[in-house]
Amino acid sequence: MSDIFFWVFSVMAVVSALSVVLNRNPIYSVLSLIVCFFSIAGHYVLMGALFLCAVHIVVYAGAIMVLFLFVIMLMNLKDVPEFVSKWWHFGAAGAAVAAMVFGLATHLFQSYNPRVIGDMQLKPIAQALFTTYAVPFELSAILFLSAVIGVVALGKSE
Amino acid sequence: MIPTYSYLVLGCILFSIGTLGVLIRRNVVIVLMCIELMLNAVNLILVSVCEPVFVFFIMMVAAVEVSVGLALIARVYRKFGTTDISTFGQLKG
Repeated sequence: MSDIFFWVFSVMAVVSALSVVLNRNPIYSVLSLIVCFFSIAGHYVLMGALFLCAVHIVVYAGAIMVLFLFVIMLMNLKDVPEFVSKWWHFGAAGAAVAAMVFGLATHLFQSYNPRVIGDMQLKPIAQALFTTYAVPFELSAILFLSAVIGVVALGKSE
Repeated sequence: MIPTYSYLVLGCILFSIGTLGVLIRRNVVIVLMCIELMLNAVNLILVSVCEPVFVFFIMMVAAVEVSVGLALIARVYRKFGTTDISTFGQLKG
């Protein structure tokens, strides 16, 4: 049963990701990216990471994509060329992606070691965040504060 | 049964699609969305090797990155009237 869901979510994720890249209308790209994020959230459920699934939906679909949608709706994007214009740009992009896939295939697949799901519930994550990773956690709080100040400073008119 | 390398393959496919989008699109908003897609591909692989804390930190940094990036894009749009990626080459300093 989870096999069927795995293939459904995988096909959904890949098709919607391609739709993000290839659509000419930015609004359609945003909506496709929301579909892609929800299928990735489905993968999280299949792997047993329920808390991460909830955080993923709240942060990405709830906050980030709404921000994207607002910004796109505030701008008039009719006159922006959507794709690179020269054919050799496409060729160079394809060659770069092919080289990257080759590098991933040769290095990553040897060291990949999938583990049995067990410690991905809320309590172990919270304990790790407040004991082992307490300093990075506080640093991320400072990062958020500086981002808030920076966005306000950037967003106000001259 | 889901095969062993399936999540790694899926993550690599999504990461490649995101990279392709960063390289061939000219609208900065779409480029930022493709970067989000790449971050999510990495998150998927990290969840499959059971590293939930790193996924948590990547989500935090992604939220910060998007908010600052969209503020920058809005500022550049107000100045130049377009979000074409080549106008970002005119920024000084």
